[in-house]
Amino acid sequence: MQTHLLSVILLTPLAGALLLLVVPGRLVTAHRILANLIGLVGFLVSLPLLGRFVAGEKGFQLLEDMGWIPSIGARYTLGIDGISFVLVMLTTGLGAIAILSSWSAIQMRVKEYYILLLLLQAGMLGVFMSLDFFLFYVFWEAMLVPMYFLIGVWGSDRRLYAAIKFFLYTLVGSVLMLLAVITIYFQHAALLQEGGPAARELMSLYPGGAAYTFNIPVLIESTKFLAPHMQQLLFWGLFFAFAIKVPMFPFHTWLPDAHTEAPTAGSVILAGVLLKMGTYGFLRFSVPMLPDAARHYAPLMMAVSVVAIIYGALVCMMQKDMKKLIAYSSVSHLGFCTLGIFALTPMAIQGSILQQINHGISTGALFLIVGVLYERRHTRQISEFGGLSTPMPNFAAIYLIVSLSSLGMPLLNGFIGEFTILQGVFEVPGRGPLYAACAVVGIVLGAAYLLWLYQRVMFGPVTNPANANLPDLNTREFACLVPLVLAAFWIGIYPQPILRYLKVPADQLVQRVNPDYFERHPGLVPAGGPAIGNLAPAGLTNAPAAAASGKALPSGASALAVPVPLRAAAQPAGE
Amino acid sequence: MGHAFFNSLHRNPDLGLIVPEMQLAVFGMGILLTDFLLDAKSKAANGLMALAGIAFSAYSLYRLRGVEASGFHNTIQVDPFFIFFGMIFLASAALVILLSVRYLEVEHEHHGEYYALIMFALVGMMFLASGTDLIVLFLGLETMALSFYVLVGFLRREKRSNEAALKYLLLGAFSSGILAYGFSLMYGMAGSTNLEDIKTAFASRGPNDILVLLAIVTVSAGLFFKIAAAPFHQWAPDVYEGAPTTIAAFVSVASSAASFALLLRIFLTAFWPAKSSWELMLAVVAVASMTIGNFAALTQTNLKRLLAYSSISHAGYILLGLVAGNATGLLGISFYIFAYAFMQTGAFAIVIVLRRTGLIGDEIEDLNGLFERSPAAALLLVLFMLSLAGIPPTAGFMGKYFIFLALIQSKHYLLAVFAALYVVPALYYYFRLVVHACIRKSSDPVRPDISVGQWLALGIAVLVVIGAGIVPEPFVRLANFSLNSQFMPFVH
Repeated sequence: MQTHLLSVILLTPLAGALLLLVVPGRLVTAHRILANLIGLVGFLVSLPLLGRFVAGEKGFQLLEDMGWIPSIGARYTLGIDGISFVLVMLTTGLGAIAILSSWSAIQMRVKEYYILLLLLQAGMLGVFMSLDFFLFYVFWEAMLVPMYFLIGVWGSDRRLYAAIKFFLYTLVGSVLMLLAVITIYFQHAALLQEGGPAARELMSLYPGGAAYTFNIPVLIESTKFLAPHMQQLLFWGLFFAFAIKVPMFPFHTWLPDAHTEAPTAGSVILAGVLLKMGTYGFLRFSVPMLPDAARHYAPLMMAVSVVAIIYGALVCMMQKDMKKLIAYSSVSHLGFCTLGIFALTPMAIQGSILQQINHGISTGALFLIVGVLYERRHTRQISEFGGLSTPMPNFAAIYLIVSLSSLGMPLLNGFIGEFTILQGVFEVPGRGPLYAACAVVGIVLGAAYLLWLYQRVMFGPVTNPANANLPDLNTREFACLVPLVLAAFWIGIYPQPILRYLKVPADQLVQRVNPDYFERHPGLVPAGGPAIGNLAPAGLTNAPAAAASGKALPSGASALAVPVPLRAAAQPAGE
Repeated sequence: MGHAFFNSLHRNPDLGLIVPEMQLAVFGMGILLTDFLLDAKSKAANGLMALAGIAFSAYSLYRLRGVEASGFHNTIQVDPFFIFFGMIFLASAALVILLSVRYLEVEHEHHGEYYALIMFALVGMMFLASGTDLIVLFLGLETMALSFYVLVGFLRREKRSNEAALKYLLLGAFSSGILAYGFSLMYGMAGSTNLEDIKTAFASRGPNDILVLLAIVTVSAGLFFKIAAAPFHQWAPDVYEGAPTTIAAFVSVASSAASFALLLRIFLTAFWPAKSSWELMLAVVAVASMTIGNFAALTQTNLKRLLAYSSISHAGYILLGLVAGNATGLLGISFYIFAYAFMQTGAFAIVIVLRRTGLIGDEIEDLNGLFERSPAAALLLVLFMLSLAGIPPTAGFMGKYFIFLALIQSKHYLLAVFAALYVVPALYYYFRLVVHACIRKSSDPVRPDISVGQWLALGIAVLVVIGAGIVPEPFVRLANFSLNSQFMPFVH
């Protein structure tokens, strides 16, 4: 019995977009109310996941599987593990907040704005839920289009430049990823056709699995058998897509432009969720699929991450534009996330995922705060502000908490994430302590630029008369910011509920990529048991896989005209 | 009565194989006759008659779907390949006719000959797809080309149109000459004009024979001209710009699909034994076409020229499927040509509906503010551009996907990287149109006046473009169907 919970979560924003499409555009208020309702419903339908998703189990859960393009073996397969679970919750939550934050900020083409925001939401959810590489790719690329329009139509002065830069940069990585995906697809089929011990192992794990498949759990088991040079080639094929999206150090230049020009909600989504698609890509594909290559390149990736942390922080110190400052702070914070991923220790990976959530909360809130100021003054120049804590005391309090959370103050979320990452990085033999030390410099710099920004904007006398009578936060703005502040406190004080979801996936990942770790720490038992074997609970994966071999590739209709070796390869499984 | 007709054909099986062509020719001539009876206001009836002819022809073509037979002393071959391409020609002609009626009224050039010439061009195309004999192929090519020379210059009072027609005629005749020279070499080697005999002759001479190479080079040069592949592409932007926009769409879709059918038929039969000697040439031409097409399109401000340069790059992508040289590649070619027919016609359709009295509507500035004037047209433009650029979920993405699939399957990794990265500049220039249509404001408040027929054409095009992106399976099967032909080197 399949559950359709994930499909419901995925399709709610799509259905909402269709609903808005048929409501006439002149009913602006109706659109605002409807869009907020849809955003709220989108969040509410994701709440049952809390009950349905079992934290301590390994592999993918809540699987859904349907035929889609049988002639190439692409299927509509959804499923989540702990990593995607927290990211899905982040997406639906931030999505609702982003929609709410746009109430008065968006005054033109309101209908189109909300439709695009909802399409974007669906695209991101699809990316986190897809267990079919082809489906993943479709979502990955399709969501570029709504984001392009959000920046290009509702952005500020240099919006066209920023929008197309965002699109083209991400596209370069994406098309290379597509080639890598296709290569993996053929490598898997070739592996099965060779019929060696690797093929037998795969066949015992996924009996009846189709030779030509994009099924991510199957491919994760298969690609680890690839020769190291092939793994390294594929690693680079995937790397650019994810590194540009994160963005890692030399590929970050699109980010300040896109962030600065995007409307507030666009920046919130961009920083809160979209960048996480890159880190998610590393965690879901690059690292587990290509373990040898990931180990091989881990030092390089960690070095680049450290550079990003320090470079991003230094650039922040120089910014005159609030939004640009926060944008560069994302480069620095995401550096922590990639550092954690490529440390390849359980602690660091858990910390990295947690830090991704934290970054979504803190930086999302920071962008909302800039949005609040921008709506009042229509400028983001730091020099235009000063002494705002006098007219806006409530705003000052919330902004302070958010700043502290972003810079890693204990009892707030950022601290837990960064601390866990550093702890994990420290364990890396060799240069681990050095990386950790450099990253700490980044934290210090982070405190410097965020507090200095706060000081310049909030403290001191009101020098600019335009700021003297700014209204404090209204109810709607409270409603946007308070949930994020509460979440920041919650994670900061009691992160266990979230870490519970991350322990198993992180341990499984480390077992795949860095098995030495558990050998070096014989006291530690990896959560969820050995990583070999089914990534999905028995009985769920095998059914669709068997269906795939039965129906998906009828020999006559095979587009690839290679049905004969396929059958030959599939036969040992039947015996 | 219809059955009696078909039964009589069974007694003359050869005639039965060319029923679709005969119907097109009869309706074409019928239009020439009935045109005299119509007054200036009811010329749209010609369009209806042409559509009826196309419907009849499509039906006959559909009835031939299970047939694999040759006729007229092995000069034509009816096979799934022919049916598939024939359907593409007919569909694109039908779309062009739906778009034409209003366009010709605005141009004040609404004459019956226009529709008749489209029908005659279709007859030529059909023989290009079904011919297996050099003479038939050449006749088909010239029938098509002669009709197009007139159609391109159909706006008699327009200097640009006349110039385009003359240019097309001169360069077309020149390229046909080169092609005919290549054909004569092939005949000289084989002593026969049949493609299968030529294949045998090529196989026995080996791929490095100087005459074989000369024949390949000359024939290819003529074919590259017809499909507008670099370095024989220069005519395309000028002809597209000058021709009536509807005809530009027809040339860029149907004529290029027909030329690809001819190219495939020749390369997959006669030239196949010499594959090793043309593979590199084809790869170079494909990469050159993608390079020139994409980079030249970046700076165009005329929509028709931009679409012309982009069509050159699409020709490059399609050729890559042949470079891959496997079944997936041929599937990719079929799917790509199919998708291209609808997305390119759709893009041209947007340019066509911009035309009104007092506005030619083919400059990129003319798109400004289209979103305010006609949101639906602007949305369709976005979808066509996404598809042309190859962003999922659209038909254009699936087409490119199959080409990449074929290239990687045949281990042409470097070519795959080239082809994939060229998506990026393509997206840039396609989205220039989107920026003008959806983001820029316009001082021109006039809403485009789109006729029912034009909406119908736009609707069909967008349905296919999105449908083949979201539910590709039926379309993949359709493209796969074209591969079930006996002359194909892979599938039997």
